[in-house]
Amino acid sequence: MDMVTLLAFLVSVAIVASIIELIRRNRLKERYSLLWLFSSFVILFFSVSRKSLEFISLSVGIKYPPSFIFLLGFLFLIVINVHFSTVISELFEKNKTLTQEIAILKEMLEKGHGADR
Amino acid sequence: MPPRSIIIIPAYNEALSIASVVEDIRSHSEGHDILVINDGSTDSTEETAGNCGVRVITLPYNLGIGGAMQTGYLYALRHGYEIAIQFDGDGQHIADQIGALVAPLVEGRADMVIGSRFLGEKTYRSRFTRLFGIKILSGVISLLIGQPITDPTSGFRAVNRTVIDYYSGSYPDDYPEPEAVVLLHKAGFRIAEVPALMRERQAGNSSITAVKGLYYMTKVVLAIIIDMMKKISRR
Repeated sequence: MDMVTLLAFLVSVAIVASIIELIRRNRLKERYSLLWLFSSFVILFFSVSRKSLEFISLSVGIKYPPSFIFLLGFLFLIVINVHFSTVISELFEKNKTLTQEIAILKEMLEKGHGADR
Repeated sequence: MPPRSIIIIPAYNEALSIASVVEDIRSHSEGHDILVINDGSTDSTEETAGNCGVRVITLPYNLGIGGAMQTGYLYALRHGYEIAIQFDGDGQHIADQIGALVAPLVEGRADMVIGSRFLGEKTYRSRFTRLFGIKILSGVISLLIGQPITDPTSGFRAVNRTVIDYYSGSYPDDYPEPEAVVLLHKAGFRIAEVPALMRERQAGNSSITAVKGLYYMTKVVLAIIIDMMKKISRR
């Protein structure tokens, strides 16, 4: 195992460990952690199995196998970020609806007219 | 009996103009209920509007014009209004134009009506760059929906019950006026335009430079192109 794959190995072990710890402490919802876990397990796999790394990187034309690991990391980050953008959009929409409902309810309470007119 | 209608005034820091806007509406169009959506103003818009005796809904923070208008449509839906009119709180719109605006709805000729500054007697003047921007936007939208829309950014508009219902479920956030035209068309609603006189904006809001205007235009066109690609269930 050369230096760069050792580094990739240690980093992915650290990521897996901290994600699991965050879930254990209820600080991260499982549904937002799956992509992280999946990505770090894939990177972990390729940093351990030199054979599969060499096979796959040479077959897609990457001469220096460890750089395939960085490519993977980069792609996963893009996917995770897009995923988060969809989560934010969903939260924005829900937050907006809540805000509107609260404002309408408040007007009703302050005017003192009943639930439905 | 005329249809129950509500005038929705989105207001963000309009304490200086809101009272005269309400008074203008009261003196020209009776029989319309008035609802001010105070969009998280930091000035005394809420008190000023409340003192006029109109209904005021105050959003806890600034949602933006899209979210504010949607609040009004949601209210209109819950309270069974058949027509909702959007009317700016900055004194730009003129209340005696409301009758002509709602006519196509009352006669059942359209589902949404836009009051256009560029139809009829041309009295509306503005900076050239602004007019140019609106022209381009108008061209793009007219081309996309296959129907001439001369004033897509006009916030003086009225909708019937079916659109109130539709807007309550989905209303654009970013550039609601031009976007709503495209989205309504895609959803299969009928859009009409009528001539409308408007005042020029009072001082204070003319800070849009040519560069900013161009930036705005680009963003609106992009938003509209994205809207065209959206999956929309027809009504």
